[in-house]
Amino acid sequence: MSAIEILGLAKNYTVGFWQKREKCALRPLHLSVDEGEIFGFLGPNGAGKTTTLKLLMGLVFPSEGSARILGMEINNPRMKAQIGFLPEQPYFYDYLTANELLEYYAQLSGVAARDRRTKVSEVLGRVGLEGAGRTQLRKFSKGMLQRVGIAQAILHDPKVLFFDEPMSGLDPIGRREVRDLMEELKRQGKTVFFSTHILSDAESLCDRVAIIHLGELRGVGAVADLTSSVEGKAEIIWHGSTVPPSIKGLTSECRLTGDTVRAVVREANQDAAIDGLRQAGIRIISITPVRTSLEEYFVRKLKPSETAAGVRS
Amino acid sequence: MSPRILHIAANTFREAVRDRVLFNLIAFALLMSGAAILVGQISIGIERLVVVNLGLTAVSVFGVVIAIFIGIGLVSKEIEKRTLYTVLSRPVGRWEFIVGKFLGLAGTLVVNTVFMAVGVFAALLYVSRTFVWADAWILVALYFIVLQFLMITAIALLFSSFSSPLLSAVFAFSLFVIGSFAEDLRGFAAMAHGVGRFLATGAVYLVPNFSSLNIITSVAHQQPVMGDSIVSNSVYALLYTGMALCGAVLIFETRNLK
Repeated sequence: MSAIEILGLAKNYTVGFWQKREKCALRPLHLSVDEGEIFGFLGPNGAGKTTTLKLLMGLVFPSEGSARILGMEINNPRMKAQIGFLPEQPYFYDYLTANELLEYYAQLSGVAARDRRTKVSEVLGRVGLEGAGRTQLRKFSKGMLQRVGIAQAILHDPKVLFFDEPMSGLDPIGRREVRDLMEELKRQGKTVFFSTHILSDAESLCDRVAIIHLGELRGVGAVADLTSSVEGKAEIIWHGSTVPPSIKGLTSECRLTGDTVRAVVREANQDAAIDGLRQAGIRIISITPVRTSLEEYFVRKLKPSETAAGVRS
Repeated sequence: MSPRILHIAANTFREAVRDRVLFNLIAFALLMSGAAILVGQISIGIERLVVVNLGLTAVSVFGVVIAIFIGIGLVSKEIEKRTLYTVLSRPVGRWEFIVGKFLGLAGTLVVNTVFMAVGVFAALLYVSRTFVWADAWILVALYFIVLQFLMITAIALLFSSFSSPLLSAVFAFSLFVIGSFAEDLRGFAAMAHGVGRFLATGAVYLVPNFSSLNIITSVAHQQPVMGDSIVSNSVYALLYTGMALCGAVLIFETRNLK
């Protein structure tokens, strides 16, 4: 069953004061996300990711189309009790302490009064903020606020989570913790829909991704499918700091990193290159076929010549 | 009433308290103490009149300033700071948010007025040494002042639901000033002719009538307040407040939160 169904959702804004004109923020978008999936919504800044999330949260109204979350319309209060949302660069009531803020959100989400305190301290622990519950949010760093944002999104144990740039403002350890948390949510059977422009996060986390650019869906599919096409090249890595003269003409790229050399060779030249290295007495570490990375796929989809034709949703 | 409205109202009240809004009470206390001491020395025989006039006017001015300057930011500040996103993505209706915000600020103003009322009566006791039965009308004047606060809060919220804080402040303050001269406007409408009469009559019905809710001078002169005036003013103020709130809800229900 689909957790999220987006049926031709589109958004145009009217801009200008005297000479009003329509600006398209999102072209009709068709997309579905299965239950239990981690779905990455990728695109450069201004692509329409946040607009899509705002439409799904009922913060802006669609110009056309509709969407259903857990089979319910997007403004259905019963549905809203089962979703969690982390906005981009969240800002909270800074006169409140973390405990007070989360208790307030628990009240609004309909968490029973007897469970609120337990839930709040549990969720603060999950995001690594145990001990910070009594601190006013105005004293929090950007990374801590991001963690509070994640805490408020998962506080009421929602079935579907929407994260807008969840890694933004986090240090490498924080990013790792958020990735672990998202994987844990997946193991619990939750559906996670998150927007990002950090491709490595999407590649390591997502079951499927969609790429959006200039308000238009450019591609969607399983990460493994998108990155599985072999390019007819292989990367050879060996110990050493030199490239034997016999294979110099066979390599297209060569990079020296520390005490290893990485060289890319065409598949047709692969055997000759291996023979050349063996004859020079060099120990080969690995030989790997070169596959399209998500980054390459992403860049290709952003080119103007690419169209949405053939997009699977 | 939905419990979510009460939670939003409680949070609005807490915000006002933590933003030190109630610190105005210190200024009010200083004003009333100073007035009580000074009045006793310079106004022989009319100490009571001066204290009631000054005290109730201060209650009204302080409250109106709070109602306008907090009311105009109730919605726009939440949109600007994006604190609204994590509220409206929960099972909270937009109308519940507006009503909760209104009740929170109205509650703050009522608490503020109660403390100020204690200050007025304390100053009155200091200069008069005793209370008289006519002093009970001061409570009616305070009740009317609270009704004014409800109206001005709803008006500020209405402007806040579609306009910037600066413009909302200008609109709300202008309406308060015009509304304070509503009886004069009514007189002008009665004397005007043609299109002028039509426009002035329209303005009389549209502009909030704050002047009929201002009974400070008559109460200071120990004049009683008629029962039907209390009823009609209450009905009028509550209806006007309700209509302004409905307008705010209708606008906010269709607003895109960019």
